[in-house]
Amino acid sequence: MTDIEFTVNGLPAKAGDDPDMPLLWYLRDRMMLTGTKFGCGIGACGACTVHVDGVPMRSCSLPLEAVAGADVRTIEGLSPEGGQTAVQAAWIKEQVPQCGYCQSGMIMAATALLADNPDPTDEEIDAAMTNICRCGTYPRIRKAIKKAAQMGGVHG
Amino acid sequence: MVKFTRRGFMIGGAAVGGTLAAGMAIGVGFLSTVDTDGLDGALREDGTIGLNAWVRITPDGHITFAIPRTEMGQGVFTSLPMLIAEELEVSLDAGNVSVIHPTEALPVYTNYVLALRKRPEELSGAADWLGKKVFSLVPYIGTGGSTSVVDAYTPLRRAGAAARSMLLKAAAERWATSIANLRAENGSVINTQTGERLGYGDLAERAASMSPDRDIPLKPRKQFRLVGKPHPRVDIPAKTRGEAVFGVDVNLPNMLFATVMQSPVFGGMVASFDDTAAMAARGVHKVVNLGNAVGVIAESYYYAKKALRLVKVTFKGGDEKLSSKDISAALNMAVDAGETHVFEEEGSVDTKLSTLETFEARYETPYLAHACMEPMACTALVQDGKVEMWSSSQAPLTMDWAADRNIKDLKEVTSHTMLTGGGFGRKIELDVGAQVVQLAATMPGRPVKLIWSREEDIQHDMYRPAAVARVRAALGSTGMPEAFDYKLGIQSVMQAFSRRNMPIEEDGLKDQGNVEGVRHHPYAFGARRVANSAVELPVPVGSWRSVGHSNNAFFVESFVDELAHKAGVDPFTYRERLLAHDTRLSALMAKLRDLSGWDSGDGKARGVAFHPSFRSFVGQVAEISVDAERGMRVERVTCVVDCGVTVNPDTIRAQMEGGIIFALSAAMHGEITIEGGRVVEENFPSYEMVRMYDTPEIVVHIMENDEAPGGVGEPGVPPLFPAVTNAVFAANGERIRRLPLKKHGYWFA
Repeated sequence: MTDIEFTVNGLPAKAGDDPDMPLLWYLRDRMMLTGTKFGCGIGACGACTVHVDGVPMRSCSLPLEAVAGADVRTIEGLSPEGGQTAVQAAWIKEQVPQCGYCQSGMIMAATALLADNPDPTDEEIDAAMTNICRCGTYPRIRKAIKKAAQMGGVHG
Repeated sequence: MVKFTRRGFMIGGAAVGGTLAAGMAIGVGFLSTVDTDGLDGALREDGTIGLNAWVRITPDGHITFAIPRTEMGQGVFTSLPMLIAEELEVSLDAGNVSVIHPTEALPVYTNYVLALRKRPEELSGAADWLGKKVFSLVPYIGTGGSTSVVDAYTPLRRAGAAARSMLLKAAAERWATSIANLRAENGSVINTQTGERLGYGDLAERAASMSPDRDIPLKPRKQFRLVGKPHPRVDIPAKTRGEAVFGVDVNLPNMLFATVMQSPVFGGMVASFDDTAAMAARGVHKVVNLGNAVGVIAESYYYAKKALRLVKVTFKGGDEKLSSKDISAALNMAVDAGETHVFEEEGSVDTKLSTLETFEARYETPYLAHACMEPMACTALVQDGKVEMWSSSQAPLTMDWAADRNIKDLKEVTSHTMLTGGGFGRKIELDVGAQVVQLAATMPGRPVKLIWSREEDIQHDMYRPAAVARVRAALGSTGMPEAFDYKLGIQSVMQAFSRRNMPIEEDGLKDQGNVEGVRHHPYAFGARRVANSAVELPVPVGSWRSVGHSNNAFFVESFVDELAHKAGVDPFTYRERLLAHDTRLSALMAKLRDLSGWDSGDGKARGVAFHPSFRSFVGQVAEISVDAERGMRVERVTCVVDCGVTVNPDTIRAQMEGGIIFALSAAMHGEITIEGGRVVEENFPSYEMVRMYDTPEIVVHIMENDEAPGGVGEPGVPPLFPAVTNAVFAANGERIRRLPLKKHGYWFA
């Protein structure tokens, strides 16, 4: 069987002969990239959201064979070493996270939204941000997305 | 009745004997308001010097705050250090401060408010002395009951002041001057005569050998630099970069991964199993029979999960006929005919009920799951009688018990508390800890990380108990109550919790948690009786954010709303009359009335609720719209909280916002259904949550006063249920007496 090859945060990755393994578990258990979270295992909560060629995807339900040749980006690869994106800065400014467990997925989803739509309306935020937060940080997430948009969005 | 078992005390003794002896011996007046001892002053292995149990300083001036409360999003890694730093005179923003969960189980880390329902400075007399002794012996270190700030408010400022006094003494010695000539400021001691300055790092080693002054006066509130002002949370930056390490994120060299399948029927046990196919599957190391569950240990969670499906297992036992319908009938029967315990009786309730006009209503709530975003997980390394555990537990002591119950000749337990991805009361239990110890014991020397699937989490929770309440009132000529008669049917949380986890077993019938928030309610009900009947059922119950309050607020505030409408009195005014004797609560209600637009005359449907819990008081108004098909939106929730003095107001706001959304999920969707002795719901689609698009605008106001601190993690939850259902009544006249709303055809439009 041929290796499945792709990149994770710009670095080459080889997945051996596990075409069915969900990307989430490859990231967490093989690459030790635990910033991407396990929430439900069925793509219902979004805690495991990563970017696959820039598109937000729920990695718990994405078999490795589906990412062959793709560029995968996780929360760890979002900003250059030591830096932060406008989205991350806005998240701190608005003091969004409580437990913080869902926030990697939220930030990945928000980043993808702003890359597509630099100034989203409330309705567009509602349509794009379908991840679950049990702590109830939704009002602050909405504020932070608008703040990040003001700060220049994903290019800020 | 409280039954003591021998085993429990041996557990405490075995696990923490060493630190216990040291802590007790150095104790500064056992019943005094705070004991700051607990760590050796000497340079420790990690290069820090402990000034007391909470403050560690390195020679180069790095300050570490050891916080023995689990950070699970409620902000204790910021609020508790703020209390210490206020008196220690350091800033939390500087790059030289860190906050950790200590691994030491020191007696001084005991949470007295959680254990004894009294703040440390409220303890007095022989009974409290014994209580403090017993709970320090355990030691009872736990995070729950909205207690962290309530418990720490004075002791941690004292701890900061004690450490500061030691540093000042060391500086006075160095400069051969009097302490009166010194000032502590921003991590340094300044000689006010010469202008010289010494950093805390330079002084730490000598300071550690100094005795702190006793009874150092604490700053009055108006001099606070930090406490009471919004402070950015210290744990947030790492949580935006994916760097925060939660229990489920622990990675250790040579680690294996495990997952389990428990008997779907409560109480069922493994009758037979065949692991041939599972053992042949890729990456599998072991299949383990855990008695009521089967576990697979493998080289990835994915391999373990995949192999688990190949284990041929049959479970037997448990009540396979149990259903939600039976449970509802049992709770109703308990209310009508069960053995009764009266918690509170004042005045001639029966006379009033038999002579005046009466009103009676019955309400019901379902079981609820916690569904923390971080699924249940725990890691253990077992070798040569030593157990090391990494968990996101709300009570590391339960991890000690988990080890003790499962390892013969246990010599030592080390328990690491990681960040918690939501606790809400679920992670105070030891079930996942006990399982991982059993699993890891089969792989000595290799760490094993157990992760439950979301399905296991939803189907094997310790649920918020379902309950039924029958509430009656005798009404005076103005429609105000002259007698209030409350009878609850419920499974006791404390009986279940103590049976599972503790050396004592609480009598469920007398569990005051059953009726919390009704007993001693500040409403002027006239004569009153608060009673319950306890039901024992196979469904495991536990603490769910706000515990008994989550049921009782719905029952009491729905009933009061009904009384108001029956009397033809505005429901807000009716409550104001019930609170007219209390100036503090009247001020809260006046603020809520104003801020919520209750009198705006805009024709919007609003519902109001007030509830006292965890030493705090919260009033909420929900503003909703409902269409003819019962599609509804909660447009806005106005929340006024009085939690006495505040530590980090932004955290209080966040907890109110979060509590409201947590409760809204439950009010609309929340229901765990039992059929065939097992839970029907499996994962988020069948156990649904509020999402961004369902979230109301939330306005929070914090009352300002000098009252003693109250909790904030839970009090935002209880009033939301009745505020919303009372708003439904205002919108269309339908009285919701049974949750959740979806049962009555409502949905979020």
